[in-house]
Amino acid sequence: MAVQKLPLAKALNESLRKALETDPKVLVMGLDVGKLGGVFRITDGLQKDFGEDRVIDTPLAESGIVGTAIGLALRGYRPVVEIQFDGFVFPAYDQIVSQLAKMRARSLGTVKMPIVIRIPYGGGIGAVEHHSESPESLFAHVAGLKVVTPANSSDAYWMLQQAIQSDDPVIFFEPKRRYWDKGDLDTEAIPGELHKARVAREGTDLTLLAYGPMVKTCLEAAAVAAEEGKSIEVVDLRSISPLDFDTVQASVEKTRRLVVVHEAPVFFGSGAEIAARITERCFYHLEAPVLRVGGYHAPYPPARLEEEYLPGLDRVLDAVDRSLAF
Amino acid sequence: MTVESTAARKTTRRSSGTKRTASASASTKKATAAQSAEPELVQLLTPEGERVQHPEYDIDLSSEELRGLYRDMVLSRRFDAEATALQRQGELGLWASLLGQEAAQIGSGRALRDDDYVFPTYREHAVAWCRGVDPTNLLGMFRGVNNGGWDPNTNNFHLYTIVLGSQTLHATGYAMGITKDGADSAVIAYFGDGASSQGDVNESFVFSAVYNAPVVFFCQNNQWAISEPIEKQTRVPLYQRAAGFGFPGVRVDGNDVLACLAVTRSALERARRGEGPTLIEAYTYRMAAHTTSDDPTRYRRDAEREEWEAKDPIARLKAYMEREGHADAAFFEELETESEALGKHVREVVRAMPVPEHMAIFDNVYADGHALVDEERAQFAAYQASFEGGEAE
Ligand SMILES: Cc1ncc(C[n+]2csc(CCOP(=O)(O)OP(=O)(O)O)c2C)c(N)n1
Repeated sequence: MAVQKLPLAKALNESLRKALETDPKVLVMGLDVGKLGGVFRITDGLQKDFGEDRVIDTPLAESGIVGTAIGLALRGYRPVVEIQFDGFVFPAYDQIVSQLAKMRARSLGTVKMPIVIRIPYGGGIGAVEHHSESPESLFAHVAGLKVVTPANSSDAYWMLQQAIQSDDPVIFFEPKRRYWDKGDLDTEAIPGELHKARVAREGTDLTLLAYGPMVKTCLEAAAVAAEEGKSIEVVDLRSISPLDFDTVQASVEKTRRLVVVHEAPVFFGSGAEIAARITERCFYHLEAPVLRVGGYHAPYPPARLEEEYLPGLDRVLDAVDRSLAF
Repeated sequence: MTVESTAARKTTRRSSGTKRTASASASTKKATAAQSAEPELVQLLTPEGERVQHPEYDIDLSSEELRGLYRDMVLSRRFDAEATALQRQGELGLWASLLGQEAAQIGSGRALRDDDYVFPTYREHAVAWCRGVDPTNLLGMFRGVNNGGWDPNTNNFHLYTIVLGSQTLHATGYAMGITKDGADSAVIAYFGDGASSQGDVNESFVFSAVYNAPVVFFCQNNQWAISEPIEKQTRVPLYQRAAGFGFPGVRVDGNDVLACLAVTRSALERARRGEGPTLIEAYTYRMAAHTTSDDPTRYRRDAEREEWEAKDPIARLKAYMEREGHADAAFFEELETESEALGKHVREVVRAMPVPEHMAIFDNVYADGHALVDEERAQFAAYQASFEGGEAE
């Protein structure tokens, strides 16, 4: 049976398993990925089946993890690195930005960097500091990196396969609060392209653009808006860099209104880039300025305040109303 | 790591079928020998509670001082147990237990002078106790009502630091500042065996050595970094690393409060004399799960915990005190009552901790203010008001 209902986390596990089976050069490495199966159990059972040489518990040093992954890639391996939580990628940021991203250009295209860096990101799970951040723009801003994020089980499975097959470094953001959401997975389907956006719901009055954890929130908002007689289209971006502006443009030309939703702070966030480009491309189609909903210019708050900080249904619908009122 | 479990792991490695060069297997052997080097431990109190002598570290404590150390350990353990229970009852989102590490923390914490400065990681609840930090302050972050929540300068106890190893550099810089000021206080930085692998920790060793900074690095080697055993961090005993950076390292029995006190006191004195940093490796054990979210049954043998229970820091001091008549039954009974009162107090304070005002999100982002924060705060206030009032529309 090809189609199964699986939680997003389990789809990632299946994807890693498939990658390890298919290509002996694929390695999984990171903190606690072995016996524990990772703190979110994404690598559960992999070390048991593929051994300590393929599924590697590393010393507790993120710069070391990414730096050695670069060396392994130079030697022909395809490391899939797990960073335990979003806030812990920064010790490795230097290796990622200064080395990983630039290696290909520096070598005049002779060197490949087939490394995937998996990062569980975003809030909404009541965690302590450094466990709820959305640093995607910090990576998308860096040339040489690709940045993607699935929003459902099928994309989790297929996008991870595609990221591992890519010869470019891919920062793979996993929406941790959606890990336990079940979705359909067809492991025999022909997947869409890694860097193509997807229209998750058709509509005519306004486009809600989201990725990762906010896709579900936007689909829920669209359902509520439908009861109020509004037809909202939801686009799941899937890939932040490169970004499929054509699909976004086509949607905006149809609906004439765009609201971008992400958890990361709005200021200098990915929504800013999208708003600027779409304004350039669709100036004469737009009935309202592109609006953004996201986090504030403040450190991610303690757990008991995160529901105020994170965009929820109300804030998304409020932006929908503001756009429609223009 | 016990010899037995190291041997068991080695067998797994061999049977995994990997090719190994001669030199690699030689170094594996060396590492095993080094890890089981318990004789190198500075110990003043055996697991049975026998007082033993050490040529370099002697200590002479009054009965009252011994009772003080005992009381500190018992109350820290009680506080920790209460926090664990509160997590189970849904009052805390998470808890990182110190169970088993009381001697390492009380011994080192009681070696400090008031003007010394502490840079903890996130498990140093008993050190906080020694500093006079209200223990309920430690719980705000775990309850999710703040991201730290105390002024570090009140008790010279810095904020908990979750990104591993970062605070060792802050400690070193602070210590460099002490030297510049011509003061004679010292700094102590806590971190774990896992954190010892971080670049920041190694860089703090370099800086402190080069600038001869008055800092004591206190590594609690509790054998595990979540699921990863110490062998995944190092091939030599951690204290031996200090030599390569140019300062002394010493391994102390982390379950022996007397030895921890003596060794830390000596390292602090050395720092005060302007002789630079010391690395102390407190050889101990994390008896509880890493945090309340962790499941140690996936990676750790029950027997290992049982072996370490026999070395319990509190039981051993009690045995010694009883044998030598340093405390009577009344003392232990009173302490029991005090423990229960502490637990009750913690429970009440935690349950009453208010959820902060929504607007607190925008507090303290900048010292000088920031136009964008002001704008967002105003928008947020208007948005909140649109729900609460209702009649506004
Ligand atoms: C830079 C960084 N990476 C990963 C983590 C996640 N993490 C939290 S605690 C921990 C294990 C720490 O082990 P150790 O340093 O031995 O201290 P212990 O918790 O055992 O006291 C890990 C991996 C983190 N907090 N910071």
